[in-house]
Amino acid sequence: MLYREAGQFKTSYSADMAMFPIRQDRIALVLLLLVAFIGVPLLASDYFLRAIFVPFLILSLAAIGVNILVGYCGQISLGSGAFMAIGAYSSYKFCTGVHLPLDWIGAQISIPPLPVLPSILLGGLMAALVGILFGIPSLRIKGLYLAVATLAAQFFFDWVFIRVQWFTNYAPSGSVSAPELNFLGWIAHSSIDRYLLCLMFVVVFAFIAKNLVRGSLGRQWMAIRDMDIAAELMGIRPLYAKLTAFAVSSFMVGIAGALWAFVYLGAWEPLAFDINRSFQLLFMVIIGGLGSILGSFLGAAFILVLPILLDQVPHALGIPISVETISHLVFIITGSLICYLLIVEPHGFARLWGIAKEKLRLWPYPY
Amino acid sequence: MIAFGQFAEVLIGGLLAGVLYSLVALGFVLIFKASGVFNFAQGAMVLLAGLALVRPLDYLVAHGFPVWAAIVLGLAFAAVVMAASAWLIERFVLGPLVNQDGLTLFMATIGATFIIEGLGQLIFGSDVYPLRLFPVDAWFLFENLFPGGILVNKLDVWGGLIAGVLVAGLAIFFQKTKTGRALRAVADDHAAAQSVGIPISWIWFVVWLVAGLVALVAATVWGTKLGVQFSITFLALKALPVLIIGGFTSVPGAIVGGLIVGAGEKVAEVYLGPLIGGGIEYWFAYVLALIVLIGRPQGLFGERIIERI
Repeated sequence: MLYREAGQFKTSYSADMAMFPIRQDRIALVLLLLVAFIGVPLLASDYFLRAIFVPFLILSLAAIGVNILVGYCGQISLGSGAFMAIGAYSSYKFCTGVHLPLDWIGAQISIPPLPVLPSILLGGLMAALVGILFGIPSLRIKGLYLAVATLAAQFFFDWVFIRVQWFTNYAPSGSVSAPELNFLGWIAHSSIDRYLLCLMFVVVFAFIAKNLVRGSLGRQWMAIRDMDIAAELMGIRPLYAKLTAFAVSSFMVGIAGALWAFVYLGAWEPLAFDINRSFQLLFMVIIGGLGSILGSFLGAAFILVLPILLDQVPHALGIPISVETISHLVFIITGSLICYLLIVEPHGFARLWGIAKEKLRLWPYPY
Repeated sequence: MIAFGQFAEVLIGGLLAGVLYSLVALGFVLIFKASGVFNFAQGAMVLLAGLALVRPLDYLVAHGFPVWAAIVLGLAFAAVVMAASAWLIERFVLGPLVNQDGLTLFMATIGATFIIEGLGQLIFGSDVYPLRLFPVDAWFLFENLFPGGILVNKLDVWGGLIAGVLVAGLAIFFQKTKTGRALRAVADDHAAAQSVGIPISWIWFVVWLVAGLVALVAATVWGTKLGVQFSITFLALKALPVLIIGGFTSVPGAIVGGLIVGAGEKVAEVYLGPLIGGGIEYWFAYVLALIVLIGRPQGLFGERIIERI
């Protein structure tokens, strides 16, 4: 690397436990944020903002959520798509007002339409609640069995949002459109506004996630992941650790789902959150790096950019290649990469980045 | 009598459809028993086997081969393809992952699923290819007892027969042959089996080969039912609850689980569906599986899961 931590002495525990202990890393992060908040909106074209940066940011947020559950707590989930859907549809309901007649007790729940921001947060909260509910089986079962339990969530909610018309406000086509993105008077219209909106959400939640995983809660998750029985014997409550992981993960995935629907899609159908979305998120986490916040971003970028690259590069080189072939190639490359990474580098791109940094530290005299 | 006739029809149709799920689930059980790998790629293998069967078949028939010869050659070609893919998977994906935990292996098979789906469709094409190996019309039974009789698909009956033969064959293979005994030894304990001289990579190849051939059998039936197409891969997702209910390690469990799922799904769709909005076939099996999971995690016929530190 171009820099080393030589000469930076830690004189307190809090300095030692800081999120980014090396000064140059902090500078790099600030620069990165400056580029993201100022440089990108100035330089990137409308197409790039709309078709690459916005979905990248939202999927990164979802991948962070999935990574907390799968990477940090070791509980596999194939139902992330369903939790995105729950976030999206409950935000939509809160935005348009909730009227739920409960005839059998002669009462009704009625909530007036809420502004967008609380709706999105409440959507995340609903996803967290359902996440806790579907996390309960994880106390008895794990591994593959848990994968099936989360698949049950996926299929069940696919069906709920298609068949139960209450969620779509009885829209005849089953497709619903997002309300105006009005944040305390600031309306996100243009691609730049939408990009900045997503960026703010992602920055806030990435910091929260980064903080959680290095704190007591994160260490409990990792203990459960590494060996649950041993962790239990050491006094870590599996009930608390697992359910908090499910709750935090589903909350972030739910927020990402709401953003995906409101900001990226605009109008959406339940198919936007089907099982392929769950697999996509899982792949991002595996490829990017299990148990790494940075990896979530790298994985999201890779999975998102790969099809676009495969579409554009042969085009630019003048090689005719059909859309079908591209989709098959995407399948093959993603699949091979997953197998390769699981065999060679189970911690994904994030670990490769770490290795590269280690090598560069000693470069050009590696001895 | 009409109500009972309808119920019998739904039940029989469900049971027979369940046997077809069992056909796919069998492949899962075989691999899980012998290597402890949960093979998510089984659905993709059914697709690959179907494509490798139907494409040469159509080609040969179009070039004037007699149909029986084309079928034999097509089946042989598909079997070779399955053997090759079994070898490749063992050599390049699972071989290097020996001694990893189950979840890693599971994720690796998800990766393998995508490779097989992509490569298979890239090589053999990605349209819907109709396959006609079995009759697809229906019988009407007991017409003297019930008005209109009970409708039974011939294809489903064929599927049931084939599943029966397959289970009998596999039982003989596992119990009576030397390779079968070695397979059971490997399933019990990898290291112990290796120490008495069982070549583990050869055994794994055999397992994947057998699973591939079971996939081929499933492909002949399902290909006739749906046509050989991409959606066949979703059979893997249909077979998962079957496995949970029956237990991952039990061949009879796969059959019984299939019957329960098939019958439960159809009966629920017909009698419960209209009450809560229809289409519950989509998730009913999973809810059944969830209930079984909470009450009896190892499934109805599975071996008890014991964990040690």
